[in-house]
Amino acid sequence: MAHHHDHDHDDHAPIEEGRAPTEFDLLEQAIRELLIEKNIFSADDLRRQVDKTDSVSPADGAKVVAKAWADPAFKAQLLADPKTAIEALGYDVGPAPNLVVLENTDTLHHVVVCTLCSCYPRVLLGPPPDWYKSKEYRGRVVIDPRGVLDEFGTQLDDTVEIKVVDSTADMRYLVLPPRPAGTEGMSEEQLAALVTRDCMVGVTFPDTPVN
Amino acid sequence: MHDMPGPHDLGGKDFGPIDQRDHERTDWDNRVDAVLKLMLDGRRFRVDELRRAIESLPEKDYMSFSYYQKWLAAIRILIVEKGMLSEDEIATRLAQLREKAAG
Amino acid sequence: MSATFKVGQRVLVKDGDPPGHIRTPFFLRGKPGVIESIHGEFRNPEELAYGKEGLPKKPLYFVRFLQKDVWPDYRGAAADTVCADIYEHWLDAD
Repeated sequence: MAHHHDHDHDDHAPIEEGRAPTEFDLLEQAIRELLIEKNIFSADDLRRQVDKTDSVSPADGAKVVAKAWADPAFKAQLLADPKTAIEALGYDVGPAPNLVVLENTDTLHHVVVCTLCSCYPRVLLGPPPDWYKSKEYRGRVVIDPRGVLDEFGTQLDDTVEIKVVDSTADMRYLVLPPRPAGTEGMSEEQLAALVTRDCMVGVTFPDTPVN
Repeated sequence: MHDMPGPHDLGGKDFGPIDQRDHERTDWDNRVDAVLKLMLDGRRFRVDELRRAIESLPEKDYMSFSYYQKWLAAIRILIVEKGMLSEDEIATRLAQLREKAAG
Repeated sequence: MSATFKVGQRVLVKDGDPPGHIRTPFFLRGKPGVIESIHGEFRNPEELAYGKEGLPKKPLYFVRFLQKDVWPDYRGAAADTVCADIYEHWLDAD
């Protein structure tokens, strides 16, 4: 289905082989061609943009979480002033939006959503997964967070407050999950390997060490 | 018309279980994403305008279009609204491309 | 910045359903909450969505709601909450 390494497409990029073009295929082509003809952008601009790979992935968020687990001073700064803390690690947080880090504990469990669209902390996690953007998740997590977490294999009893955070404006929310038990003495790299994308959204816990 | 939220305002609605599978972006998705980024970086549109355009889609389209299909529909609305292209030009080009594809 | 509401203050989200690009989710309209924090001032997205400048900036609050105040049949824990970022003009003192 996806011709992932097809770099020799020309301006009038061919439709994916083996099937008739849909109206959406034709619409994309029509708009792209016309915008190029009108010099809104050039074919080169488009080629360069298409070839730009996402430089940010959940591994970036994992590094930040691992460092917060290993370094209490960094953790404090991350919670108080995430932009500064992350820029100090070399990340370009950019002009806007603003990052907020939410700490999960034994008694408080945050889970993040954007019910209105798909706002997500891309600056540290890269693009959101399909499920995060789905109407199923966006609709249900605010009204039935325990049911949704259960679907992701996460059970929390009633002594834990589940706090659903709906990203309705310029702030972008990243969950700082609790450090798993049995990780004493692990390096930041080893810790980062336990930090999954889903635990930084809040639908799961981090992985536990395999002993 | 306004005793209900827009099609995008989904909080509290139950659409059933969540499909947790990850899907790779297709080349088509990547091209739409690229056009989107160029229009935003080139300050042709604001992200708020794009969101508003998506929210204006008829409910049946909002519910059935994929993520990038919605963005492309929004791009189409805004480029016409801002006078970059006319609906006529788009329709003409579409007809030409349809003919070429059929031929 | 002149924020009307203070951290810890009880607020009520305005009711109503005006046309246009609104970032206050329908499920929170008319619901009682508490100001948990103040994010600062931001341009109004309702105007940015129509090519306007969205000025003057408006205070944006992180507002916390008890789930049982939001959903009549909420079946989770009594302490469960839901939060959202809400602009000042969508809030009244409770």
